[in-house]
Amino acid sequence: MLKLEKLVIDNGGFELSADFTLAAGSKAAIIGPSGAGKSTLIGGIAGFHPIVSGRLCWNGENLTGATPGARPLAMLFQDGNLFPHLSIAQNVGLGLNPDLRLSAAQWDRVNQALARVGLEGMGTRKPAALSGGQQSRAALARVLIQGRPLLLLDEPFAALGPALKVEMLDLVDTLVAETKATLLMVSHDPQDARRIADQVILVAEGAAHPPRETISLLDNPPPALRAYLG
Amino acid sequence: MARRAQPIGHRSGVGAAAIVAALILGALVAVALRAESGRGLGPSDWGAVQFTVVQAALSAGFSVAIAVPVARALARRRFPGRRILIALLGAPFILPVIVAVLGLLAVFGRNGWISVALGWIGLPPLQIYGLHGVVLAHVFFNLPLATRLILQGWQEIPAERFRLAAQLGAGPRAMWQLLEWPMLRQIVPSVLAVIFAICLTSFAVALTLGGGPGATTIELAIYQAFRFDFDLGRAALLSCIQIALTGTAALIALRTARGDGFGSGLDRPVQRWDARGKAARVLDGGLIMLAAGFLLVPLAAIVLAGLPGLVDLPVTVLAATLNSVFVAGISTLVTLALALPMAIAVALGRGGFVEFSGLLGLAASPLVIGTGFFVVIYPVVDPALLALPVTALVNALMALPFALRILVPRARQVIDRYGRLALTLGMAGRPFLRRVLLPRMRAQIGFAAGLSAALSMGDLGVITLFADSERATLPLQVYRLMGAYQMQAAAAAALLLLAMSMALFWLLDRGGRWHAEA
Repeated sequence: MLKLEKLVIDNGGFELSADFTLAAGSKAAIIGPSGAGKSTLIGGIAGFHPIVSGRLCWNGENLTGATPGARPLAMLFQDGNLFPHLSIAQNVGLGLNPDLRLSAAQWDRVNQALARVGLEGMGTRKPAALSGGQQSRAALARVLIQGRPLLLLDEPFAALGPALKVEMLDLVDTLVAETKATLLMVSHDPQDARRIADQVILVAEGAAHPPRETISLLDNPPPALRAYLG
Repeated sequence: MARRAQPIGHRSGVGAAAIVAALILGALVAVALRAESGRGLGPSDWGAVQFTVVQAALSAGFSVAIAVPVARALARRRFPGRRILIALLGAPFILPVIVAVLGLLAVFGRNGWISVALGWIGLPPLQIYGLHGVVLAHVFFNLPLATRLILQGWQEIPAERFRLAAQLGAGPRAMWQLLEWPMLRQIVPSVLAVIFAICLTSFAVALTLGGGPGATTIELAIYQAFRFDFDLGRAALLSCIQIALTGTAALIALRTARGDGFGSGLDRPVQRWDARGKAARVLDGGLIMLAAGFLLVPLAAIVLAGLPGLVDLPVTVLAATLNSVFVAGISTLVTLALALPMAIAVALGRGGFVEFSGLLGLAASPLVIGTGFFVVIYPVVDPALLALPVTALVNALMALPFALRILVPRARQVIDRYGRLALTLGMAGRPFLRRVLLPRMRAQIGFAAGLSAALSMGDLGVITLFADSERATLPLQVYRLMGAYQMQAAAAAALLLLAMSMALFWLLDRGGRWHAEA
């Protein structure tokens, strides 16, 4: 269970407050107007923005002051999720050991993860030799291999076309179901939320509201959400 | 407020900056403590101060005055070889001073090509030694720099402005008033200040082409106080004056400086519809050819003069070459060992002190630092024994500001772009350095290393204070051969020096880019 107790996150002077819990295994979409603090919320949970007050806990473990690498989560950013000078296999291997000292068995796991996302035999290529969709798949292979209980997505598929984006969301859905991870994803598009998320966290006017069930919230939006949805 | 998490620490950068500051400021303090103000400045010392300022002002003035029309010609003409010519304008930065001086002597000297030609028509030969020789050499070195900086200003005028001006029917005169004059008014003062500051600390040029009562710079006076009178107190006093002068000039140059410097791209396609007249075309073409000739003919002269002597180079030259390679190698390693952590610290936003100590090398002249080190070392151990290591260290300190300028922007870019990803993957610290930062900075590290090695290879400065007759670097050996009037051997050694400097730069710069990914 992810617990945000009276959390205040600072993003260069902008402060976002959040006070809610999210059950383990949930799939939550974070929606709201641009500039409202969606990325601040996810960045605070990941450890990139300092927590000014309150507590952040995962299954009873206090994460409030932990460094980003020490938190039990994997994260994908809007862009730059792969190191261009490392091969695809190396990029995925980082999920097992950040210094890339891997045993033969671990390299096997890397190849299995690549096969799982449909990139069999492409491990030796550099990211530049892959299409945008394939690059997303490679990043997801790393997420798979990291096996962290929390997955944060900060719109990593925003640059993909609509069909490709749906494909990636479906892949995320299967991977999350396999690993039983808890998913938190920023989204601009209510359709994404309907497609994959069972909960929606609305972020507006400097506050993150507690998660609500997707269908009921979107079908019957409160005023702040209605203003955003238009 | 808690700081943002970072993928790499800044402590070693602050440590490196502290070492640099301690070395440079320590040398300055040693100099200040040793200075004997009892006798005050004699007339010859004031003469040196005056000459230093006058030659620097003239050098800056002539360089910029010629650079403006040359840059305009380069900005508005397209011709085959233009790119190469512009790239060549960066070469004097790593050209050993002593090589250029020999080249200039071969063209403008008493027995040079021009003097010989003058002799045919019954005119006396040129006199190169003295103020005009010093200024000539400084213009040779700084005209290309000024041209590059001013050309950059021209090319930063957006192409759309020229299109708009052309659409409004602006001719050359209107174009000048509308676009070119406002740009020059912004750029020229900073270019003047930079070149003035560079020429203030000129040593090797004054050593070879100046001298005598009327043409001695402060740096040269420090050297003479050392070598001829062994008057450390006076050398230190002169050093204090030099510190005040270069410190002020460096401050002015920094204040007027624009953010960017050498090495940035210079080839955006700007279409020009003015200046299509025949007169303008002939003028521009003539200017470009004259400037290119002024830069290339002395280099060609040194190649021609040096080639015959290459086969039987004296053994001393070969020994000096080995010394120089050793000095350049050590200096490059020290530069990188200091510059990399400092660049990382600056990129992390821990600027302040680190940036300050990175700039110290610009404000202090090599001879002043050398004097300080000498004052400290002399009572303990024979300075000649440490001639090569000290030269390497001072060279590294002088190269540091340039290395930082190359490394910092890239370090910032890599940390900004990949820092967060590395953090979520738990790569903070060594893995980030080894797997991400260093591989992605390879091209810049190679460029900085090449620059640093070439600068050190060609440097003729501190070594003159420390070396005894047993020890020499290649530039010092060239100078000694000149002093002994062995001009053929000097030219051959200079050609070797030129080749070594360029080869070192090329190897390291290329090495950095070899198989590098974008």
